[in-house]
Amino acid sequence: MKFFKNEFVVEFFEDKLAVGGLIVFILLSILALLPSFFSYQDPYDLTQLFLQNSFQPPNHNFWLGTDEQGRDIYSAMIYGLRISLYVGLASTILSVIIGYTLGLISGYYGGWVDTIIMRIADIQLSFPAILIALIIMALWGQGVGKIVIAITIVNWVYYARTARGVVLSEKEKDYAQSAKALGMGNLGIIFGEILPNTTAPIIVIATVRIANAIILEATLSFLGLGVPITQPSLGSLIANGYQVLFSGYWWASVYPGILLMVLIISINLIGDRMRDVMNPRLKR
Amino acid sequence: MLKYILNRLFHSVIVMFVISFIVFFIMFKAGDPVQLLLPPDATQQDVIEMRHALGIDQSFIKQYEAFLKNVAKGNLGTSFVYGQPALDVVFERLPATLELSVLAMIFSIIFGVPLGIIASIKPKAWYSKAIMFLSLSGISVPIFWTGMVLVLVFSVLLGWLPSSGRGEVYLFTSAFTWDGIKHLIMPVLTLSFFQLALILRLTRTGMMEVMMQDYIKLAVAKGVPRRVVVYYHALKNSLIPLITVIGIQFGQLVAFTIVTETIFAWPGTGKLIIDSIQNLDRPIVVAYLLIISFIFVAINFVVDVLYTFVDPRVRV
Repeated sequence: MKFFKNEFVVEFFEDKLAVGGLIVFILLSILALLPSFFSYQDPYDLTQLFLQNSFQPPNHNFWLGTDEQGRDIYSAMIYGLRISLYVGLASTILSVIIGYTLGLISGYYGGWVDTIIMRIADIQLSFPAILIALIIMALWGQGVGKIVIAITIVNWVYYARTARGVVLSEKEKDYAQSAKALGMGNLGIIFGEILPNTTAPIIVIATVRIANAIILEATLSFLGLGVPITQPSLGSLIANGYQVLFSGYWWASVYPGILLMVLIISINLIGDRMRDVMNPRLKR
Repeated sequence: MLKYILNRLFHSVIVMFVISFIVFFIMFKAGDPVQLLLPPDATQQDVIEMRHALGIDQSFIKQYEAFLKNVAKGNLGTSFVYGQPALDVVFERLPATLELSVLAMIFSIIFGVPLGIIASIKPKAWYSKAIMFLSLSGISVPIFWTGMVLVLVFSVLLGWLPSSGRGEVYLFTSAFTWDGIKHLIMPVLTLSFFQLALILRLTRTGMMEVMMQDYIKLAVAKGVPRRVVVYYHALKNSLIPLITVIGIQFGQLVAFTIVTETIFAWPGTGKLIIDSIQNLDRPIVVAYLLIISFIFVAINFVVDVLYTFVDPRVRV
C-alpha cells in the first residue's frame, strides 16, 4: 500500500512509544464507539440505578465500584470516554474548518478582511483560553453541544493563525502564481491549489489540540461549568467523585482520572511524534 | 522606540475596552442576580427596590454608560454580593493568587530549564527518554487531576500536608511561616506541574534546533570544548524564545489558579471569580477580567521590550 511507503509514515512507526500511543488510542476509540457492548449498565437510564448500591467498593459485581447514586463507575467511564472523545473531536473539527477558512481568506486577500480577522484573534489571544470558555459557559449553562461550541470559539484562533502564515508564503510560490496567470478564480486557487499544500502543519496542530480540547472540557466540567453528571464525561465523573474523596470513596474519582490520563497521553504521544517527523528544522 | 511604546499602549487600551464591553454584555445577558441575592420569601416590592439600588433596572446602554463614567473616576462599580468596591474586593485577594503564580513559575523554571538541557544533549539516552516521557505526562495531566492525586496521597492517606486554606500569613505571603509553607507545597506543585513540563520541552526543542546551526558546528569544528559550546553558545541562543513563552505562560498560570484555588480552598481571586460567576456578581467579574488582561498586556509589553535588549536583530 502506498500509504505505508510514505516517508513520514515509515518514520512515524519507527518510534515505539508513538506506536504504543496509537494502539491505545484505537482501542479506546473502539470502547467509545460501542459503549453498550462493553458495559453492563446504562448510566443515562435512571431506572437502572439503585440507591442500595451506592458507594460499593470495587467488587465482582461492580468492577470499579459505584458512586453515591449506585452508578457503576466502570460503565459510566466507558460512556464518559465517549463524551470526552466526542467533545474533543467535534470541537477540533469545527474549529479547524472555521479557523482554516478564515485564516486562508485572511492571508490570501489581506487588506481590511485580514485586519479584522487578525484583530479579533489578537484580542482573544491576549486572554487565557480557560477564562473565555468559562465566561461563555456561565452564560449558556451546562451541556455537551454548548461546550463543543465554547471550545470551538476558543480554539479557531490557533488554526486561523497557522493557516494565514502558511498562505502568506504559499501564495507567492510558482504554482499559485501560474494558476492565477491561467485565469483561475480566487476561491479556486485558495481551496484547489493552496489548501492541499498547507495541510501538514494544520494536521499536527489539530492532533495536539484534540488533547487540549479534552483537557479543557474536563476542567470546565470539574469546575461545574461543563457537562452535567446525568450525561457524564470523564471530567464530570472525576468532579463528582472528588466530592467524596475525603470520605474514603477514592474509586469514584481515581479510576476515571486514570482513564482520562491514559487517553490524553496516547493522543499526545501520537501528536508529538507527528510534530518531530514533520519538523524540517530537526533534520539535516 | 517612544512611538512604538505609545502605539502599544493605545492598542492595549482598545483591547481592554473591547473586553470590558463583551464581558459586561455577557454578564448582562447571563441573568438577574437579585433572584440569588434575596431570600426566597422576598416580596415583589423588595425585588424592584433592590434592582433599582443596584442600578440594574435600566437599559443595557444606560448601564454601560454609567460603568464607563465610573471607570473614568477609577471605580469599577460596587460588588452586588459584598457591597464593597469591586476593585477593593479583587485587590484584597490578589496577593494570594500572585503568590501561587510567582512561586509556581520560579519552581518550573528552576527545574524545567536544566532538565530540558539534559534531555537535549543526548536525546537517545535512557534518561533523556525518561525525562521526555515524564514531561509528556506533565502536559497530558489536567491540573485538577494533579491536585487531586496530591491531596489523596499527602492529605488523605499520609496526613502530612493540609488540603485547604492558606495557613499563617505574614507580610502578604505564606512563604515566611512554617505553617504557611506547608499549605503552599501542594498548590504550588499542582500549578507548576504543567508549566515545568512545557518549559522543559521548549528548552529541549530550542537547544536541539540551535545545536544544528552552522555556527555551533563551526565552534565544535574549531575545537571549542563541548561544555562551552553547550552552556555558552547554544544555551544563550535557545533561551531567547523561552522569554516570550514564560511571559505568556505567566498569564496562563494566573488563569489556572482558578482550578488550583478551587481544589485547595485557597482564598485568592480564582475562587472569587468562580463564586462571582455563579452569583452573577457582574462588577467583580468585570473588574477581575480587566485586571487579568492588564497583567497579560503588561507582561507581554515587558517581554517585547526585554526581547529587543536580548536579541539585537529585533530592534524597533
